[in-house]
Amino acid sequence: MKKKKDVLQGTLALMVLKTLDVLGPLHGFGIARRIEQISGDLLAVNQGTLYPVLLKLEQEGAIASEWGASENNRRARFYRLTRTGRKQLQLESRDWNQTAAIIDRFFAAKAEDLP
Amino acid sequence: MRSLKRFFTRMFNLAASRTHDQRIREEIEEHIALQTEENLRAGLPPAEARRQAILKFGAVESVKENYRAEGGLPWIETLLQDVRFSLRLLRKSPGFTIVAVITLALAIGANAVVFAVMNALILHPLNLPEEQSLYAIQHGSDNDPGESYPDYLDLRDRNRSFDDLAAYSIGQAGLDTGDNASAAWIYEVSGNYFDVLRIQPYLGRFFHGSDEHGPNSAPYIVLAYDYWHSHFHDDRQVVGRSVLLNRHPFTILGVAPPEFHGTIVFLSPDVFVPMVNLEQVGGVGNVINDRARHWIHLAMGHLKEGVTQAQAITDLNSIGAYLEKNYPQSDSQMTFSLSRPGLLGDALGRPVRAFMTGLLLLAGLILLAACANLGSLFAARAAERSREVALRLALGSSRKRIVRQLLTEAVLISLMGGGIGLWGSTGLLRGLSAWYPTPKYPFHLPVHADANVYAVALILALASGFFFGVVPVRQILRTNPWEVIKLGSSGRVGRRITARDLLLVAQVAICAVLVTSSMVAVRGMVRSLHSSFGFDPQNVMLADTNLSMAGYSNEKIPAMQKRMIDALETIPGVESVGLIDRSPLSGDLSGDLVFSDKTTDLRPANAAALCLIYRISPEYFRAAGTTLLSGKSFTWHDDQDVPRMAVVNHELARRVFGSVADALGGHYKLPDGTRIEVVGIVEDGKYSTLAKDQEPTMFFPILQSPSSKTYLVVRSNRDPQRLADAIRSKLRALDAGLPFFIQTWNQQLEGVALFPSRMATISLGVLGVMGAMLVVTGIFGMAAHSVSKRLKELGIRIALGAQRAGVLRAALGRAFTLLAVGSIAGLILGIMASRVLAFIVYQATPRDPVVFAGVVVAMAFLGLLATWIPARRALRVDPLILLREE
Repeated sequence: MKKKKDVLQGTLALMVLKTLDVLGPLHGFGIARRIEQISGDLLAVNQGTLYPVLLKLEQEGAIASEWGASENNRRARFYRLTRTGRKQLQLESRDWNQTAAIIDRFFAAKAEDLP
Repeated sequence: MRSLKRFFTRMFNLAASRTHDQRIREEIEEHIALQTEENLRAGLPPAEARRQAILKFGAVESVKENYRAEGGLPWIETLLQDVRFSLRLLRKSPGFTIVAVITLALAIGANAVVFAVMNALILHPLNLPEEQSLYAIQHGSDNDPGESYPDYLDLRDRNRSFDDLAAYSIGQAGLDTGDNASAAWIYEVSGNYFDVLRIQPYLGRFFHGSDEHGPNSAPYIVLAYDYWHSHFHDDRQVVGRSVLLNRHPFTILGVAPPEFHGTIVFLSPDVFVPMVNLEQVGGVGNVINDRARHWIHLAMGHLKEGVTQAQAITDLNSIGAYLEKNYPQSDSQMTFSLSRPGLLGDALGRPVRAFMTGLLLLAGLILLAACANLGSLFAARAAERSREVALRLALGSSRKRIVRQLLTEAVLISLMGGGIGLWGSTGLLRGLSAWYPTPKYPFHLPVHADANVYAVALILALASGFFFGVVPVRQILRTNPWEVIKLGSSGRVGRRITARDLLLVAQVAICAVLVTSSMVAVRGMVRSLHSSFGFDPQNVMLADTNLSMAGYSNEKIPAMQKRMIDALETIPGVESVGLIDRSPLSGDLSGDLVFSDKTTDLRPANAAALCLIYRISPEYFRAAGTTLLSGKSFTWHDDQDVPRMAVVNHELARRVFGSVADALGGHYKLPDGTRIEVVGIVEDGKYSTLAKDQEPTMFFPILQSPSSKTYLVVRSNRDPQRLADAIRSKLRALDAGLPFFIQTWNQQLEGVALFPSRMATISLGVLGVMGAMLVVTGIFGMAAHSVSKRLKELGIRIALGAQRAGVLRAALGRAFTLLAVGSIAGLILGIMASRVLAFIVYQATPRDPVVFAGVVVAMAFLGLLATWIPARRALRVDPLILLREE
């Protein structure tokens, strides 16, 4: 159970970093909506799980946050990517791509493909 | 790196007790508001829009909790919670807490002390550079570390295994630095001593092998740091100063480093002197070239690189064979072995190591037994709390969490105990370091609690905490909340004899043995203080000196001794003054074989007796209070010009002549053929040890058999302090450069003759206290357990009108049975063990009603002490409350 949560948290963190990279500074709701739009039902329920991930990323120094005003002038906390975060994103997306490629090939391989 | 940074942020949050509660609340609110707005835009009615938003966000509390978990360090927070809760629980039962903490404090403290002593004596004895390659050499089947100087030179120069060999010998000399001379403890060392040990001077320089050019050629001394500190007040100008050692001028070359205390662990010297000057400082005439005199205490050196111990021994043995062949009359048993230098080789090292290992084992067993007892105490507590535990389980707490709290409680207790134990043991160690068991000799054990000791105490505390904390875990894991709440704590009462009972009986028995033997020892001590020594130590002051320390030559010694006696006799209130070369029961002995007058072949096998020798002034017997049975004592005219004579004790008369009547006026022979006339016979006394009876002994007139060793025996009813001052000023007036040591005869006896029995009594007492503590916790745990298990039964008994005595019998009967069985077994064993004790403590006998009664009272007292709290609890059981609860 713990393992599954870790995986979810890991992918969630990567999504957060990518979102901030693409869209620039954003508040929590914005990030959640963006992830929902792209990933479908991963965050359809339990949007709240995003917040512990944000705190963790912030403590690691990958993102920074400050209070600001949202589009309709409410007080909101805005998150932005830091330099460390950008580096981390590059590194992790490369890792991810590699892993995904390997797993892809692995799943695609059939018994008769093997020499 | 990243996780490290995160850890520190979280630690910081924890320490600053900063929570992100406020922030997360605001963010959640904001999130839901934004989602609601979106939902409104999508056309939902306001109430439904907000509901959908909240649903989509998910479980707010769980998010908050996760958020908090990410922000801080949850396990530390849990730990702190557990600690707080445990402390509250412990405060609520102070009796239990105090018993447990004291038990652990004693047990862990004992272990810490033993380990520290072991650390000082065996693990890091000398603190020298590259100590691992430093070996002492010893020879013969009895591992004798002593060598003669010529043998040492041969070993040093002929071996190919050691970088170099150094040697030392311990002695005493009069050191005169300008004002009053005092007796200093010296190491007579080979010139290369400091170089072999690879140490550097703190100040000035050391002497070297190149400074030696034959006898008395190196008049240099090096001061030990402590002596420099106490006698020269850290004066850096002392280097190059001249001082008098036994009235011979010596130049101070330098000061040894502060961490260097010589090469034997418990005897630190004041001064180091080259041993080529032995004749000047040794006070023993010229023995340096005598191959038969093994006055060097130990030779040692670093093995050359690549040389194994076996190779070195082979090398030394070949030199030994050469020595045996060339000097058959003086050298025998020259087969060598190697050992560590700190404890005079194996001769002393092996028994010390065995003793310390035994002590360590004993301390470990005490800790183990203490843990077992605390384990059952803990089990009793856990049983009492079974309701609370069941409730917590029913409310959804995990078993892990409950066990964790229990362990926290156990470790807390053990840490408190360990802390107090360590605190006590550092105090004890400080006392031990500052303790000089005999006032005259610098025996001294520098033990300090260093990091190793702290680490060991901490590890022991944690380990024992887990050890006894784990005992009730099975009980918790098996708890079925339903059953407990429905039925109350289980009322099963075990009737069969368990391993725990046997353990308890064993502990009680051991405790009773210790109590018995310490009482036997104390009684024996008291009795031996009032027994007959063959002299009367009451109202006697001893002034002890050695005239060679003040440079008196042999021909001047008798006159000076007479002058000293005459001077002390003029002190008002002094009844008599005598002189003896070494005092009885001081451990300083000299003896020789004697032969009957008819024996012509004076081989050792034909000897009539091995007999102790004392050299005395004519007034000695009167001053010492020794009764003359027949004949007379000497006069000051019994000198070299008249035939040799002696006063002998009753035992010698009986052994050599058969009876006192035959002895008086008769003659006997010494090994060199000298005929001695017996002029008087005195009562038997105690000479070598208190336990030895009837040793044949002869007293020679000091004028016929001179000695520079001088014990002045001053009998007077005056206040000892004033008398000592008067003696001091009289002796100073005679010769200000003569160092001497004044104490009462009783003080001297306590320091030497009674020392073993005192030590035995003290250590038995300490062990007895430990044993008592084990018994108290053991019985307390057992009684508490049985009371809490049978609470309901006791309540019913009380409700049915049982008497207090009946209730107590039901609750504590088993505990008392165990106590009685153990005590009786222990008493019997103790009485048997006292036979062994009689070897150490003079007049120790267990056939003593006081001892018997004492043991019974002590054990009963321990039993009462241990069952006090459980008994009160059993009596206070209120059936109404019990019935309501169940």
